[in-house]
Amino acid sequence: MIETRPRSRKSPYPLWFFIPAAIIYGVLFLVPTVSSLWFSLTRWDLSTAEFIGLENFQQFFSEPFLVRGLVNTLIYAVTTSGLKTVCGLLLAVLLTSNIFARGFLRTLVFFPVLVSTIGIGITFTVMMHPTKGIINVTLETLGIPGPGWLTNPALALFSVALVDLWKGVGLATLIFIAGLAAISPDYYEAARIDGATRLQQFFRVTLPLVRPATVTVVTLSLIGGLRSFDLIWAMTRGGPGFSSDVIASVIYKQYQAGFYGLSTAGNVILFALIAAIILPLTLWLNRRGVEE
Amino acid sequence: MRSIRPYVTGAIALAVAAVIFVMPFVFVALQAVKSKSEASRLDFELPAQWLFWDNLVAVFKARDYQLVLAYFNSTLITVVSVTILILLSAMVGYVMQRRKTAWNRVASIALFMGLMMPPAVVPTIGLLQDIGLFKTMTGMILIQVAYNLSFSTLLYRSFISTIPRDLDEAALIDGAKPRQIFFRVILPLLKPVTVTNIVVQSIAIFNDFTNPLYYLPGKENVTVQLTLYNFQSMYTSQYNLLFMNILLVTIPPLIVFIFFNRQIVAGMTSGAVKG
Repeated sequence: MIETRPRSRKSPYPLWFFIPAAIIYGVLFLVPTVSSLWFSLTRWDLSTAEFIGLENFQQFFSEPFLVRGLVNTLIYAVTTSGLKTVCGLLLAVLLTSNIFARGFLRTLVFFPVLVSTIGIGITFTVMMHPTKGIINVTLETLGIPGPGWLTNPALALFSVALVDLWKGVGLATLIFIAGLAAISPDYYEAARIDGATRLQQFFRVTLPLVRPATVTVVTLSLIGGLRSFDLIWAMTRGGPGFSSDVIASVIYKQYQAGFYGLSTAGNVILFALIAAIILPLTLWLNRRGVEE
Repeated sequence: MRSIRPYVTGAIALAVAAVIFVMPFVFVALQAVKSKSEASRLDFELPAQWLFWDNLVAVFKARDYQLVLAYFNSTLITVVSVTILILLSAMVGYVMQRRKTAWNRVASIALFMGLMMPPAVVPTIGLLQDIGLFKTMTGMILIQVAYNLSFSTLLYRSFISTIPRDLDEAALIDGAKPRQIFFRVILPLLKPVTVTNIVVQSIAIFNDFTNPLYYLPGKENVTVQLTLYNFQSMYTSQYNLLFMNILLVTIPPLIVFIFFNRQIVAGMTSGAVKG
């Protein structure tokens, strides 16, 4: 009897396909995210939560080392994102031009993307050792006194950012290579006929036309930079002092110390920071894209 | 002049890339085969004795064969969570792309959030404790599925748009049930993007450090990235073993990379630029 129902009324694309994913995602991602808004307002020991209003946030913004983490997060995200965009584009231009061993070079640049971040962090920590590390030993033989890459508080965060660039530039390069491949050679042909120099071709043809890839790289690397934890943790543990602490490492430290409410407040601040930066940026970048 | 230029630029690029991108790996490999005292100098000298095998055995034996357990745990987490991820995200991507309902908007927002927002760790730990999955492999696997679902679904959704709807309709006319259309007709056609997904996600999950650190504490639950982290403090006087461990952890992604280089590149770029 059920078979007599006309088939055409039932969609061949069943909505229950959403259900298993929705349950896992809803329970393990959405529920904690939403409940973090409540727990950030409490003094919490994982079993009982006592409502204390905005005290956690007050504490967060009155502790200089926590505010330092917030500022460092911004510096780190902007530095790594900027470096990855610029270096990624330049590498992509080089690796799409007619050079020897192009395929091999692409492979070489991309491989660190796949390697364990902790492994890379440990390796570079050793290589950046102030006296024994090979970076400073090499600099010394060239007559340049090497700095304390990770021991100098003014430098530690940027040293980690450089390693982040080393690890992540391959992905940026790859995205730019895909973007460059989508540009029709006719544009360059026309530019050459008009007598444009190589530099003019880059700024007037390549740069505007590779825009979708640029948007992707900037957005991806900004989000990555704002959330960044493992590399910083492997290399400096936020030190020396609190000089390379970022929000993600602050969240971990407060969690370890048992300040669950404060740790969750850190998480909420990170949500807010990402939303405040990425949402307007995405809207702005996409709107400009449509107008063209 | 014109004909040698590519070679000159290429040679310079190769030399620079060798220093910047190859040297760190050579450094790791070199320390891994040295004796304890030679490795502690942290230089590029070749070892007097190549102790590859000795160091390998020593790393595996350390802390009651912890590394063996870690490899087992990491592999289990990776294989099971990637399998679930593939199945669920293909299903979601398929219906999202084919059937336009109000739920699509909800799903799109959820996807976007998943890509952008960091997980709220401590509330998640509280929740896992409540449902009895904290410090369990099941909990870790479900977490990996939840956190990586968005990216996978995005890849599937854009790929499914390239498969003509006529195929679904033909199968429907032939009397296939909706479930059969997906599993028998669509899923096999998704193979290229499935391979990309498997490769990208297994590397991400195998290399994940942060989530096991939070959700899977305990000696018996150790993963390879956590052994590395634990060994870092333990082996500060035994750099040879520390670097042997790094070398071992780098080998699985290297193998994957050698076999699937092209798929990774194709998948990453199509997902990234169109998405």
